[in-house]
Amino acid sequence: MIQAILVFNNHGKPRLVRFYQRFPEEIQQQIVRETFHLVLKRDDNICNFLEGGSLIGGSDYKLIYRHYATLYFVFCVDSSESELGILDLIQVHLEVVFFIAPKVFVETLDKCFENVCELDLIFHMDKVHYILQEVVMGGMVLETNMNEIVAQIEAQNRLEKSEGGLSAAPARAVSAVKNINLPEIPRNINIGDLNIKVPNLSQFV
Amino acid sequence: MEVVNLQDLVRGIRNHKEDEAKYISQCIDEIKQELKQDNIAVKANAVCKLTYLQMLGYDISWAAFNIIEVMSASKFTFKRIGYLAASQSFHEGTDVIMLTTNQIRKDLSSPSQYDTGVALTGLSCFVTPDLARDLANDIMTLMSHTKPYIRKKAVLIMYKVFLKYPESLRPAFPRLKEKLEDPDPGVQSAAVNVICELARRNPKNYLSLAPLFFKLMTSSTNNWVLIKIIKLFGALTPLEPRLGKKLIEPLTNLIHSGISVLPPIPAPGEGVLVPRGPEWVSALAMVLTAVLTKLSVAVLISLSSGMPNHSASIQVRPSLGGDHGVPHLKYLGLLAMSKILKTHPKSVQSHKDLILQCLDDKDESIRLRALDLLYGMVSKKNLMEIVKKLMTHVDKAEGTTYRDELLTKIIDICSQSNYQYITNFEWYISILVELTRLEGTRHGHLIAAQMLDVAIRVKAIRKFAVSQMSALLDSAHLLASSTQRNGICEVLYAAAWICGEFSEHLQEPHHTLEAMLRPRVTTLPGHIQAVYVQNVVKLYASILQQKEQAGEAEGAQAVTQLMVDRLPQFVQSADLEVQERASCILQLVKHIQKLQAKDVPVAEEVSALFAGELNPVAPKAQKKVPVPEGLDLDAWINEPLSDSESEDERPRAVFHEEEQRRPKHRPSEADEEELARRREARKQEQANNPFYIKSSPSPQKRYQDTPGVEHIPVVQIDLSVPLKVPGLPMSDQYVKLEEERRHRQKLEKDKRRKKRKEKEKKGKRRHSSLPTESDEDIAPAQQVDIVTEEMPENALPSDEDDKDPNDPYRALDIDLDKPLADSEKLPIQKHRNTETSKSPEKDVPMVEKKSKKPKKKEKKHKQKERDKEKKKEKEKKKSPKPKKKKHRKEKEERTKGKKKSKKQPPGSEEAAGEPVQNGAPEEEQLPVRGTSAPPPRTCDIRGSLQEDSQVTVAIVLENRSSSILKGMELSVLDSLNARMARPQGSSVHDGVPVPFQLPPGVSNEAQYVFTIQSIVMAQKLKGTLSFIAKNDEGATHEKLDFRLHFSCSSYLITTPCYSDAFAKLLESGDLSMSSIKVDGIRMSFQNLLAKICFHHHFSVVERVDSCASMYSRSIQGHHVCLLVKKGENSVSVDGKCSDSTLLSNLLEEMKATLAKC
Repeated sequence: MIQAILVFNNHGKPRLVRFYQRFPEEIQQQIVRETFHLVLKRDDNICNFLEGGSLIGGSDYKLIYRHYATLYFVFCVDSSESELGILDLIQVHLEVVFFIAPKVFVETLDKCFENVCELDLIFHMDKVHYILQEVVMGGMVLETNMNEIVAQIEAQNRLEKSEGGLSAAPARAVSAVKNINLPEIPRNINIGDLNIKVPNLSQFV
Repeated sequence: MEVVNLQDLVRGIRNHKEDEAKYISQCIDEIKQELKQDNIAVKANAVCKLTYLQMLGYDISWAAFNIIEVMSASKFTFKRIGYLAASQSFHEGTDVIMLTTNQIRKDLSSPSQYDTGVALTGLSCFVTPDLARDLANDIMTLMSHTKPYIRKKAVLIMYKVFLKYPESLRPAFPRLKEKLEDPDPGVQSAAVNVICELARRNPKNYLSLAPLFFKLMTSSTNNWVLIKIIKLFGALTPLEPRLGKKLIEPLTNLIHSGISVLPPIPAPGEGVLVPRGPEWVSALAMVLTAVLTKLSVAVLISLSSGMPNHSASIQVRPSLGGDHGVPHLKYLGLLAMSKILKTHPKSVQSHKDLILQCLDDKDESIRLRALDLLYGMVSKKNLMEIVKKLMTHVDKAEGTTYRDELLTKIIDICSQSNYQYITNFEWYISILVELTRLEGTRHGHLIAAQMLDVAIRVKAIRKFAVSQMSALLDSAHLLASSTQRNGICEVLYAAAWICGEFSEHLQEPHHTLEAMLRPRVTTLPGHIQAVYVQNVVKLYASILQQKEQAGEAEGAQAVTQLMVDRLPQFVQSADLEVQERASCILQLVKHIQKLQAKDVPVAEEVSALFAGELNPVAPKAQKKVPVPEGLDLDAWINEPLSDSESEDERPRAVFHEEEQRRPKHRPSEADEEELARRREARKQEQANNPFYIKSSPSPQKRYQDTPGVEHIPVVQIDLSVPLKVPGLPMSDQYVKLEEERRHRQKLEKDKRRKKRKEKEKKGKRRHSSLPTESDEDIAPAQQVDIVTEEMPENALPSDEDDKDPNDPYRALDIDLDKPLADSEKLPIQKHRNTETSKSPEKDVPMVEKKSKKPKKKEKKHKQKERDKEKKKEKEKKKSPKPKKKKHRKEKEERTKGKKKSKKQPPGSEEAAGEPVQNGAPEEEQLPVRGTSAPPPRTCDIRGSLQEDSQVTVAIVLENRSSSILKGMELSVLDSLNARMARPQGSSVHDGVPVPFQLPPGVSNEAQYVFTIQSIVMAQKLKGTLSFIAKNDEGATHEKLDFRLHFSCSSYLITTPCYSDAFAKLLESGDLSMSSIKVDGIRMSFQNLLAKICFHHHFSVVERVDSCASMYSRSIQGHHVCLLVKKGENSVSVDGKCSDSTLLSNLLEEMKATLAKC
């Protein structure tokens, strides 16, 4: 199982932090920092597996990372079950996680953002999360077929667009906020059987 | 106030690099404002920003409730934001998480697949045992959803559900198995994924799936699925050897078609990533090659585990040797080898040189892998050689981490399976002694433990060990240069003990004694000094014995004098253990001195102190001592002390306890405690004082602290010859010696063999075996008798203690082939009214389910009588509603218009007085969290006959906890049909305050008005009561979920009707008709009518024998007429009403009531 997926840049600034096991926020930051330092001191031309780091959980974690341009993509994989008997199985698992999942993830990002760069990740952290959710779910690989993933993401984006999206919301929200501050508007207008709640209307102003 | 979105926030943070924290705290304030708004778009935007801040390390748990609000938004856009925030910040400790159950259930059954999908994704991150139990059935239903998108997510999340709620595994497994053959590859892959995860922990339970997987493997083209299945077979083959043979063919095919299985390498610039260009393409190609290699290796691995074939290592070799430049392949090759090693050690051992070469690799990961391999590769034959190589690496290694890793590996390799591979323990001891030369290692204790272990368990080596240890003690000053804890000085602990315990083997005991009494020893850590002191006496005893036997009285007295002279340095030690032992021993020695002065032989008595041999005891021996019959280990010996006392007892410092043990030494115990406290305080103060030179155990530090020392230039002495401790052996020479020895042995053997051969020749018989040296041929240099560790008599042999009782996967070790028992069903939440249909189908999507806690269910009911209401017209009736939620609840209808006077019919009065057994609310005990129990509540719904169809809900809150409850707020989620009347100016999401506080044990009533649009259907409203529970320990904010159930009967108002008006009504013909019949009723007709009157707010119009007509009217003016007839054992009810839906719902409710009679 994947324990965490971390994306940070060459300076260790987190761009995506996704833990599948609960850690308090400060510990999460600590893990990001430690991982960054571990990964940073490794050459680009040596292998992308890291073990025996003094991370949280110690040697229970294996790190598998890739360095793309300004970003590091790190998968922390739990190997607590690597007691000699099944060690090998996890190791096979490891490579699979490394070679397929991150590739799919990054390539999907690339497709969805059309030439992904760090800025996309910075400003659209939420979208990156939504993409990741289609690849990995709860620490397990959900889908490896990129076309399928992209199709689902696009469908969801269309759905969001049809709802007006979130980006349009703040403008409406501002007017809503203004209206709320007007005390003279009566709250309830009762005309016979009609019961009109004024605050509800303000959303559509 | 400007509402900013996520992009603005990110931009803002980037523009405030200097005062980021300040800027963010401003933003958080703004977000808090936004969260208070009514507008869900503003809220969602705020929550989205919070998710970003969470990534930066800010705690957002305070917004948990707002996140739930956004989760329950109707729009997908907002819902997704809410679930994302929840998945990032919720965990088992989040208290509001229980509020999400129904929301998630609603989303799971949403018509939009993306709502469901987003709920499943979110749930996978924060599923708790409670959620798993409550939602298991819903998720299982989704496993057969029409959309593959939902199916695959539902299948995958089941693994999380199994982990949190293992009972669900057996009921859900058949369907999971079914999904292995799902037409959609994504669903199939998810099912394979889940079963592989399950099977990895407990493979034997999944052996029966092998044929199915076999079929899958030959038919699937999904790369991922294939690898998973191969992995699964890897786990299964050791359990079922026949499987291995069967797998050969399909696996070989797979290898050959491996290339076609893999995705094609994208052309440059086509759908690829950021760093375009040749680098990227080559990198990708490399990755793909590795996948390819790995795929075939994986295949071979599973093959080799079941098959005696050697091709595996041949396949791996090129990846190690040939592609030297590709680090991944090297790493993967080493990984693969470690697998092959287990089944075919010999084929890997032939690559020893290659693996040893990897130890020189610049990549630490590869070095560590290689080390791991070495562990499994050693044999009697090559152990010395391998360790020798490792020792050279230890010398070369830069960076203590890797060197320490090497050190532990050397020890691991040598000590594995009871020193199985060590033929020459002298060599091993000398290796250990050589390792003591490592500066700054953290593993001194490891070496020490090994020394002790070997010296105790290998009797033959003791003499040699003692000589080495005495040499170590002699050169202790070299080791003691770094005396940090766990440093190399730990070795002296072992050395001192070995020299003391086995002093009879010492060549020059007097010399060793002097070495141990050097003033320098006092700089060692306390626990080592303590061992020194103790073993000095052992040594002394044996010297005494020798001298007395030799008749050298003077010599004996001289030794005693030495002890008396040197021991006081230990008596002054700051370490209590040392001090105590030293002062005790000093007195003893002084006594001996007196006796010696009188020429009394004392040696016998002194050595009697240390008579007897210490045997090694198995680490688990203590646990295995059987508990004698009649001994209850859990019973109190003394009743536990009260809290206040135990606080004092708590050992704050070691000396504290110590002092209590020997109070006689001290003048006053109370003073001592005070002193200890002060000492503690002073230590604290000193620790915080930067100018205080701490008496830390590290003399290195002290050295640095000495002013001016760091200015002394240290000359690096370049020694070409490694520093050797004089008198210490070099392990290298043992390697040579060993080789010679083996050579000699071999020669002897050959000689013998030749002789035999000659004999054979003489006997005209030829023997063709070549003289090969195998492990068995190597005879150990010493007579190795590894003393087996002692176990208690009649110890119970069990493997149980190897298992971790907290292992979450252990609970999933469930036999899946057993047929399902009736009791094994997923808990299905359903409403009481639906209980008429017993054991509903599991597959039916449950919309109106309620959380049900099977264990703690208890029916209790308490009806609150309230006569204070003044009514104007019509009657009032009480109608308790079937309800479940936390605590007692009851509903009651009553007219809202209090000014109107009401005549109360005798029937209803009577009914109101009697305890209600029917439709009684179920009480559910919530697990009490924190310090205060949620307050039990009772609630009555009373209908009112007003123009705008309102009902009043009277809620009786009773505080059963021991805390004071204040700040109570009731928030109810309005539905389209029913909404709560709120005070002017408050929004739908605001809670309505409860106008009182509740001291413990007090109850009070609050009333709320609800407006109902349509009354023809029963409905439920969800709500939350939040409150602050305050007790001595502080205040906690708690929430309590509840659900208001508005049944159709609660909209009826008992209205008297005269028989002529009733007849006219029936004749009018505009009433629709319906009827029910209930069997098995034993209650008298009178009671039956009273029940209907009471529960369903009817009044009796006319009664003739076992037949009665009844009438009621709804708050919206529907007329309801009933004809109730009682048969032998049954009751039939015919109803007529102006609204057919209302009537059928009413009759349904009535049926439920009657069914319980």
